Amino acid sequence: MNHTDTYPTNGHHTNGHHTSAFLTDSTLCIGCKACEVACKEWNEVSADGYDWSGHSYDNTQAVGHSTWRHVKFVENPTVPGEGGNAAGQLPAWGFSSDVCKHCEVAGCLEACPTGAIVRMETGAVFVQPDVCNGCAYCVVSCPFGVVEKNKEDGRAFKCTFCSDRQAAGLKPACAQACPTESIKFGEINELRDEAKLRLEALKDRGVNDAVIYDPVDTSVKGIHAFFLLRGDPRAYNLPPKPEVPTTYLKKAWSSAAVAAGAMLGATLLAFLGDNHR
Amino acid sequence: MTRVSLPEVPNRTPDEQSEHRLAEIRREASEKGRVTGDGVTPAGAPFPKASAETGYYGVPLLKEPQWTPEVPVYLFVGGAAGAAAVVASAAKLLTRDRDLVRSARWVAAVGGAISPALLISDLGVPSRFLNMLRVFKPQSAMNMGAWTLAAFSSFSGAAAFANLMRERFADALPVRIVEDAAGMLASATGLVLSTYTGVLIGATAIPVWNDHAVSLPHHFAASGVNSAVSILELMGHSDSRALNLLGAAASAFEVYEGIEIETRRDRVNQPLKRGVSGAIVRTGGVLSGPLPLALRLAAMFTGNSKLRRAAGIASLAGSLLTRFGWIRAGHASARDPHIPLDLPEKVHEIGKSRSDLAA
Repeated sequence: MNHTDTYPTNGHHTNGHHTSAFLTDSTLCIGCKACEVACKEWNEVSADGYDWSGHSYDNTQAVGHSTWRHVKFVENPTVPGEGGNAAGQLPAWGFSSDVCKHCEVAGCLEACPTGAIVRMETGAVFVQPDVCNGCAYCVVSCPFGVVEKNKEDGRAFKCTFCSDRQAAGLKPACAQACPTESIKFGEINELRDEAKLRLEALKDRGVNDAVIYDPVDTSVKGIHAFFLLRGDPRAYNLPPKPEVPTTYLKKAWSSAAVAAGAMLGATLLAFLGDNHR
Repeated sequence: MTRVSLPEVPNRTPDEQSEHRLAEIRREASEKGRVTGDGVTPAGAPFPKASAETGYYGVPLLKEPQWTPEVPVYLFVGGAAGAAAVVASAAKLLTRDRDLVRSARWVAAVGGAISPALLISDLGVPSRFLNMLRVFKPQSAMNMGAWTLAAFSSFSGAAAFANLMRERFADALPVRIVEDAAGMLASATGLVLSTYTGVLIGATAIPVWNDHAVSLPHHFAASGVNSAVSILELMGHSDSRALNLLGAAASAFEVYEGIEIETRRDRVNQPLKRGVSGAIVRTGGVLSGPLPLALRLAAMFTGNSKLRRAAGIASLAGSLLTRFGWIRAGHASARDPHIPLDLPEKVHEIGKSRSDLAA
C-alpha cells in the first residue's frame, strides 16, 4: 500500500524536512523508565512529586504538563497459545511508553485561539511557550488527554517532539536513551512499514494478540506517535475512536445560528405584542 | 497545511556532555532497569485492573477542564449582556419606552465591560490576553468568541455612551444615528455572544459537553434571555408586559431543556444528574425553568409585580447555577474513562486474585 495516498504527507517534503514519527514497540519495553528520566532531564521539566498510585508499579499515572513520556504497566493474565508466556507464569507484563500522539489532525492545534500551537516542519505539534497565554482551551480539546496547563507557570505544556534536538539532527531524548529500542524514531512512512513487518514477525512467532494502534480511520486521521501493543489498546488508556472536537463544530454552529434566530424572533414578537405603550 | 520553522524555544543545544548523559541513562537502564517483579495485582487485595473491560486502572483518559470560576461567571454575564443588547434594539424599534432602552443599553455595556475582565483574569498569562486577537481562526470557537466579545464590548459601550449623550446633552440626529447603529451592531454580536458559548464547550473532547453540542447553544441562549429580562425587571421595569412574556418564553424553553436532560438515561449524561454537578444542574434547572414560569404566569393573571420580581431573582440564580453546573459536569465527565474508552457498561471490576489468574 502506498502511504502517501492514505496520509496527506505530500506537502511535507517540499522544504527538505521529512515528517518524523515515533513507533513505540511495547513488546520490546522492559519498563525501565529511561525515557521518562531522559525526557525530564533534557527538557528540564519539573518533578511530579512522590505520589503512590497504590494499584500498580505505575506511580506516574498519566502524561501531563510535567510528564511528556509515561510508562504504563499492564499486568495481563497469561494466555497459553498467545505466545511469550507459559501458563502459571505471573504476570505477562505489558509495558508501554505513552507520549503526545502529534495527531495528523490535532484537536489542541485546531482549538488554540492564539495560534500558539503550530505544526512544525517535522510534522510535530508544538506549543510555542512565548505565545501561549494559558487559556486552557487545548486541555479540553485533546482527545488523548495529553496537553495540560501548569498552574504555577500559567501556560500549557506537552511533548515538543524534542524539536531542538531534531533541529540539530539528533533523535529525541527518549528514543536516544531507550536501551531496547522500544522507542523508535524515524520517517513516518518508513516506521509505519516497520511496524507492519514487526507485527507479521510477532504473529509468525505465535504472538497473536499483537496490534498496531494508529487510528487512521477516525477524524484524527492517524497519529505521528503510534504504538505496537499486545491485547486491547483500551487496557493502555488508548481510545478506540478518538475524535477531533472540530467534528462537532458544524452542528454546534448551525444550532447556534438557529438559537440566535429564535432569540431575535422571540424578542421582537414579545415587543410587537406590547407596542400599544 | 502551513508549517513554521523551528523556533527559538526550547533552545537547548545538544553538546558532548548532554549526549554523554543520555548514554549514561541508557546504560544504567539496560543494566538495572528491567522490571522483574510479580506485579501488584497477583499479591491479592481488590485493586482496580487494567483491561479491555476496565480501562487503565480507572485512571481518567481525558484531562479535566482547568478554567477558574471566572469562566462560568463569564458565560452568565456574557449571555445576559448579549440578550440585553437585543432587548434594547427591539424596545427601541417597537416601543416608546425610553427608560427600558436606556437600562437595556447599560446592562449590555456593563456586561460587555465585565466579560473581558473575567476572561483575562482566567488566563494563565493575563498580560498576553491580546494574543487572542493575533489570529482570526474560525475553527477555534475560543478565538471566534474573543473577536465577538471585542466587537460586542465596543458596540454596546458606544450605544450606551451615545444614549447618555442624547439624554443628557443633545438629542441631535447624528447622535441618534450613532446610538441606533451601534445598538444594532451590539444586538447582532450579542446574538452570537449569547449562543457561541454553547459551541465553545460543545465542540470539545469532554463527552457530556460534546454530546450536547446541539442543545447547548439553545440552552445558553434561553438562559441569557432569562437573565437579561430578570435584571431589567429588578432594575424597575416590572411594568413591561413584553419582558414578562419574553421571560416566560425563556423559562418555558428551560423547562423543555430540563425534561430533555432528565429523560436521557445513558452514562454520558450521568454528570448532569448525579453527584455535586447533578445537584447544581438540577437546582439551576428548577430555578430558571418551572419556578419562574409559574410565577410569571401567575403575574400575568394577577398583575402582581412582586411575583415577577421573585421570578427574576429565581431566574438569575438559576442561570448562574446552570453555567456552574455544566462546567462542573465537564469535570465529572473527564474523570470517567468509560465513554472515551468505550468500556462496557457495568460496575467497576475489581482485581482478580493470584489463584484466579493462575487458574
